[in-house]
Amino acid sequence: MTYIPKPKLHHPQLPTNKLGFTHRDYEGSISTLCAGCGHDSISAAVIQACFELDIQPHRIAKMSGIGCSSKTPDYFLGNSHGFNSVHGRMPSVLTGANVANKDLIYLGVSGDGDSASIGFGQFAHSIRRGVNMLYIVENNGVYGLTKGQFSATSDKGSKSKYGAINGDSAIDMVSIAMQLGATYVARSFSGDKSQLVPLIKAGMSHHGAAFIDCISPCVAFNNHVGSTKSLDYVREHNETVNKLDMMVDHEAIVADYAPGTVEMVTQHDGSVLRLRKTSPHYDPSDRIQAMNYLQERAAAGEIVTGLLYVDPEGTDLHDYLNTVDKPLNELQTEDLVPGSEALKKLNESLR
Amino acid sequence: MEPTNIAAPEYFHKVVDCQWACPAHTPVPEYIRLIAAGRYSDAYMVNWRSNVFPGILGRTCDRPCEPACRRGRVEKEPVAICRLKRVAADNKDDIRDRLPGIPVQKNGKRIALIGAGPASLTVARDLAPLGYEIVLFDGDPKAGGMMRTQIPRFRLPEAVTDEETGYITEMGLDLRLGQRIDSLKQLLTEGYDAIFVGSGAPRGRELELPGRQEAAANIHIGIDWLSSVSFGHTDKIGKRVIVLGGGNTAMDCCRTSRRLGGEEVKVIVRSGFEEMKASPWEKEDAQHEDIPILNMLVPKEFRHKNGKLTGVVFEKVQAVYDAKGKRSLVPTGEPDPFFECDDVLLAVGQENAFPWIERDIGMDFDKWDMPAVDAVTFQSAIPNVFFGGDAAFGPKNIIWAVAHGHEAAVSIDKFCHGEDVKDRPAPDVALISQKMGIHEWSYDNDISNDQRYRVPQRDKEVSLKDVRVEVELGFDQKLGYAEAERCLNCDVQTVFTPSLCIECDACVDICPMDCITFTANEPEEELRHHLQAPANNRTQDIYVSPELKTSRIMAKDEDVCLHCSLCAERCPTGAWDMQKFLLDTTQAGPACRSR
Repeated sequence: MTYIPKPKLHHPQLPTNKLGFTHRDYEGSISTLCAGCGHDSISAAVIQACFELDIQPHRIAKMSGIGCSSKTPDYFLGNSHGFNSVHGRMPSVLTGANVANKDLIYLGVSGDGDSASIGFGQFAHSIRRGVNMLYIVENNGVYGLTKGQFSATSDKGSKSKYGAINGDSAIDMVSIAMQLGATYVARSFSGDKSQLVPLIKAGMSHHGAAFIDCISPCVAFNNHVGSTKSLDYVREHNETVNKLDMMVDHEAIVADYAPGTVEMVTQHDGSVLRLRKTSPHYDPSDRIQAMNYLQERAAAGEIVTGLLYVDPEGTDLHDYLNTVDKPLNELQTEDLVPGSEALKKLNESLR
Repeated sequence: MEPTNIAAPEYFHKVVDCQWACPAHTPVPEYIRLIAAGRYSDAYMVNWRSNVFPGILGRTCDRPCEPACRRGRVEKEPVAICRLKRVAADNKDDIRDRLPGIPVQKNGKRIALIGAGPASLTVARDLAPLGYEIVLFDGDPKAGGMMRTQIPRFRLPEAVTDEETGYITEMGLDLRLGQRIDSLKQLLTEGYDAIFVGSGAPRGRELELPGRQEAAANIHIGIDWLSSVSFGHTDKIGKRVIVLGGGNTAMDCCRTSRRLGGEEVKVIVRSGFEEMKASPWEKEDAQHEDIPILNMLVPKEFRHKNGKLTGVVFEKVQAVYDAKGKRSLVPTGEPDPFFECDDVLLAVGQENAFPWIERDIGMDFDKWDMPAVDAVTFQSAIPNVFFGGDAAFGPKNIIWAVAHGHEAAVSIDKFCHGEDVKDRPAPDVALISQKMGIHEWSYDNDISNDQRYRVPQRDKEVSLKDVRVEVELGFDQKLGYAEAERCLNCDVQTVFTPSLCIECDACVDICPMDCITFTANEPEEELRHHLQAPANNRTQDIYVSPELKTSRIMAKDEDVCLHCSLCAERCPTGAWDMQKFLLDTTQAGPACRSR
C-alpha cells in the first residue's frame, strides 16, 4: 500500500472514450493491498475494460464478500454502485439485486476462500440459476489475510511459503462452473492484461452467468519456488488456447489470418468475439470437449487459459422466471394491482 | 532500442529539465526543497555556487528553466523557479561567513578582468579564492556592468546589486573602477598571466532615418538613456514617448518613461506581437502599466519642426511567408500612420564594440569583425586572452554571462597551470537512494495540485511615481512554500534494477501518468507509439531496460513523470527505487585540473 493518494494529474494525451472519460475516471480509491498484489492488476484490467466498453459508471453494480479479493471493488469504479457483503454471501446478494433490477451490469468479485470454501454453495447456486453477471474469482491459492494457509484451490503437492506440502485435492473452479451450466467460462492470469481485459469485456457483455477464474499470484505468501500459483510457475505452465478480441460495433477486421485460425462468435447483445486460435483443435463451443481437455492438460501439469467455453445464446434467471420486461423495482402499484376488471379477465381466461 | 546507460551523467541530467536548461546548471529542485524546508540560507548558497547572483537573477533572469519545467507539460504553467530564487535571497540570514576565504598567500598569478559585469565578476569569484591576484577594470564608477546600468531600479533595487557585487569585490580584488581600457596592446605589455574580456555589448544600435540628425535632441539610444537614468543624470522625459523596438530593453525603456513623466507612452514594433523578443512576462508588465504595444509598423521618418521632434511616420506591413516558411514584412499599401510624440527611445538592438582591440596583436576576427572565440574554452587566438558574456558571442543575458564566466575561469586556471584548456573536467555527480522506510522518502513526494501563484505587486499608483520603487513585492514565506510544493522533484530519479523485477505490473497499474510499459523491444520510433500512453515528445528520452525474464523490456517515458514514487512504493521487490541525482559542474580549482 501507499501513504499518499494517487495524484489527480494525468497524461495530457490520454485517450478518451465515447463518453469523454479517460481510464483514470474509472478508478476507485487507492489500494491498500500488498505492493505487487495480482489483485491490483485485475482491478486495473476491470478499469480498462469498462473504459473500453464506454460504460457509464452508474450502470454497474459491483458486489463482493470478504477477503483480499473482496476488498478490491473499493479500488476501481469509484462512481459505481457497490455492496460488500458477508463472507461467502456475495452470490445471494447479487442474485437478489439482479432480481430486483435487471438493468444494471453485475460484477461479482470474490476470491478462492470466499467462493471455494465458505461460499462454495452460494457460488454453485448462482451459477446454476444462470444469474446474468460476470463473476470473477481472484484466485491466489492461499488465505492471504491470515498469513498464507492453503486454500481450497491450492493444488495437491503445492508447497507453502513455510515448507508445508498441500495434501488436499484442489477445487477447479472452471470445471465446476462449466458443469453447473455457466454459459461463459474463461481462465486468465493477472500477469497478462492483454488476455484478461478482452475476457472481462466479453464477460460483461455476455447474457447469462459468466465466470472468470483469474489466477492472481500472492506476492506475500504464494510467489515462491514450489508454489503452483507463482508468477514464474504460471508463466512457465500457461497453455493459452485462444486469443480473444472483443468488438462492440462490428468494426472492420483489419488483421489477416490464415484460414481456420480465426473464429467469430456473435453474442446475444450483438457484440462480436473474435477468437484467434492458438490451439488449433480447441473448440470453445463444445462444452464436453472443453471439460475433457481441461482434465487432460491439468493432469499434464498445464494451466489452460483463454476463453474456454461460450454459449453465445446464453439465457438467464429472468428468462426462466419469465419476468416482465420492466425491472421489478420500477413496477408501480398500478402495475402490481391492476384492479377488479383485470382479475375478472384473468378468471374468465381460466374457465 | 539499446538499454539506457544510466551511468552516463547526461542521462539523468536531462531528466532534470530545469537544471539541464539552465546555462549555469543550477541544481534547481535541490534549492526549491530547501526553500520549502525554510532553509533559505542553504538554498541561497546552492544558488550562489552556480549562478553567483541569486538576488539579482531572482528578479531579472530570462529564466530558460521555466519553459523547460516538467510541470508546464503536466498542467498549465511551470513552477515559478525564478521568483522562488528571490525568496531564498530575501529571507536568508547573513551569509558572509559562508563565502570562501581568500588566501593571504597568493599563487603568484595576475589576472586582468576588463569590465565589471556578471561575466568578469564570476571569473573573479571563481579565481580569487584560489589565490589569484585579480585586477578588475571598468569605465563606470561602480561594479555590476549592465546589471547596474541597464536594469531599472523598479525591477532591481540598487541595494541588491550592491550586496551581491560586494560579495565579490570584497574578495581582495584590485579594483580599477572608472578606468576604461583603451588598448589591449598596452594591457598585454603589463605582464598579466591571463586577460579576461567581459566588456559586454555596450553599443546601442542606431536607426538612420530621415530627420534623425535634425531631431537628435529628442531621440535617445535606449541603453545609454537607461544608464543615464540609473546614475541619476536623467530624471525626466516628455509627456508623449514612443519606444521603438520589441525586446526587453524596449520594455525597460517604456516602463522607465512612465515613471519620469511619460503619460502617453507607446511601444511600436516592426514584427507581430508573438514574435517580439521581449519575454512574455515583461510585455505583460508593460501592458499592465497602460503602455500599448503596436505591431507591424516599420518606422520611416522622424518629423520635426524648428529643430524639435514632432512625431514618427510609420509604414504598415504584414507578414508574408514564402514556400520555405521564411517570413518577410511586406507593405500593406495603406496610408502611412503618423504618431505624435515629444521623445523617441531607440531600443532596436545592441552590439559589441571593440575599437580598443588593435588589429596587429595576433587576435583573429570573424566575418562580422568580432574576435574569434572558442565556444567551449572561451579562448581567443591570443592564448592568454579569454572572452565571456555578451563580449564573447553577442547579447544574451545575465545567466549566460555567469555560465561563460565559470567556464572561462576553468580555462584560465588550467592555462595558468600549464594544462590543455580543451581538456574539460567532468561534472561531479551523486546518485543516492531516498528511501527512509517502507513508504517513506526523504523528500515530499505528495506534490501540490495548486496552480502557479502570481507574485504580488505594489499598487500601480505608488510604483509609477518613483523609478526607484520596486514593483514586485516577491513571494512571502507562505506563498513561497506553496509555490515550492508545486515542484515535481525531477532530480529524484526513478532507477530500475532489471534483475529484481518479477514483472507483476504493479508499477504500470499505479503510475498516474501512464509512463511505464512492459513490452516487446522495438526500434525507438515504433516503441514510442506502442507505449501505455503515446510518447510524442521527442526531446524526452525513453528509459529502456535490458531484456527481462519474459523477454520483454521495461520502457519508461520520462516526459511527464511526476516523480511521485508510487512505482517504487508499489514494487514488491525494490526493482524501482527513487534516487536523488545531484550534479555540480566542476569549477576552477584543483578538481578541474588533470594533475
